[in-house]
Amino acid sequence: MGTRDCGQKSAMSSPCIGEAGRTGDWRSTRPEFDPAKCLAVKAGRPACFQCWAYCPEGVIKKEVGSEVDLTYCKGCGICVEVCPSGAITMIPEPEEE
Amino acid sequence: MATKILDLPEEEYMLPGNRACAGCSLGIGLRHILKALGGNCIFAVPASCLTVLGGMYPTSSVRIPWMNVVFPSTGAAASGLAAGLKAIGREDITVVAMAGDGGTADIGIQALSGAAERNANFLYICYDNEAYMNTGTQRSGSTPIGARTTTTPAYGKRQHQKDVPKIMEAHGIPYIATACPSFPTDLYDKVKKAVGKQGTRYMHMCAPCPSGWQFPAKDTVEMGRMAVEVGAVILYEIEDGAFRLTSRSKKLAEQGGLKALRDYIAPQGRFKGMEEETIDHMQAWINRRWQQCIRRDAEGQA
Repeated sequence: MGTRDCGQKSAMSSPCIGEAGRTGDWRSTRPEFDPAKCLAVKAGRPACFQCWAYCPEGVIKKEVGSEVDLTYCKGCGICVEVCPSGAITMIPEPEEE
Repeated sequence: MATKILDLPEEEYMLPGNRACAGCSLGIGLRHILKALGGNCIFAVPASCLTVLGGMYPTSSVRIPWMNVVFPSTGAAASGLAAGLKAIGREDITVVAMAGDGGTADIGIQALSGAAERNANFLYICYDNEAYMNTGTQRSGSTPIGARTTTTPAYGKRQHQKDVPKIMEAHGIPYIATACPSFPTDLYDKVKKAVGKQGTRYMHMCAPCPSGWQFPAKDTVEMGRMAVEVGAVILYEIEDGAFRLTSRSKKLAEQGGLKALRDYIAPQGRFKGMEEETIDHMQAWINRRWQQCIRRDAEGQA
């Protein structure tokens, strides 16, 4: 699944990650994850996973202490809202040079 | 036994970096629908936000076969796919037709009605974002009263929305359900149940739209929950004619009642400046429907 592989000879598309490019560029704020507050990290076993279930982009993995894939995260902030322990906060993206 | 979030499969069939807007509820819904199907499906999709999400040639953002069809033909195209799979003996693959509310309630209804009358073997999922969002928020048959779109008068739509699941119920099909991505396990269970049945199955999924409904993208899940809390969306299923409230709607019926409609209307820009009289109209419409659902649920239990 490479990015925008144009080797197709038929009128059929092939699946690829980043079909619309690096959608992380759409963001103005980014989610920051605080493992110390995460219920799954604190329990040390699979638990909660609200952020994973509600992420519209699927950029959060179903793993204990999963990081957000910032290459494709569009920065909607749903994970912040659904997290029951306040382990995720939105912080402004750094200004580009 | 209802599935829990922890039990939902890890496998993803929708890929990140797709073309959907930030905070689109369709992404949440599609992820869980595809998880329930286990990737063993063929999609027929007409012009809609879902086509945008599905991607542009030569790439696609889903790991399943996906056919883009013309706007009014979804039901017919899915019938054809189902007939083709039957002919080659691959009826283990589920044909899924998935369209928006415009493509279902307005433009696609004749093909869908025809297919349901023939009881063609596919699952039809309508994701209802309550207007033609992909083309810039034009009013559809599913837009609620009082909502402002780019093609309604300044004071909002004057008519109530169509009750499409009820239209589909009149066809006597084996399975009808409503769902909302804010309740992913309920959605997952309903798709699972639908896959296990033969004939035309219809699901109506409420899909809150941050840009069209005019609320911050972070509130998508909350908005879906609110829709159920106030009864604008009622979660139920009709299995071989037997009506049953499910998930949060079931709890609300047991615990005695809905929240006031105003809590749902206030955060949405599309309802800004809605007249008191219109709010009362909508509340009365919701109350009527809710009482009907409670009655039918009680009849089902008896």
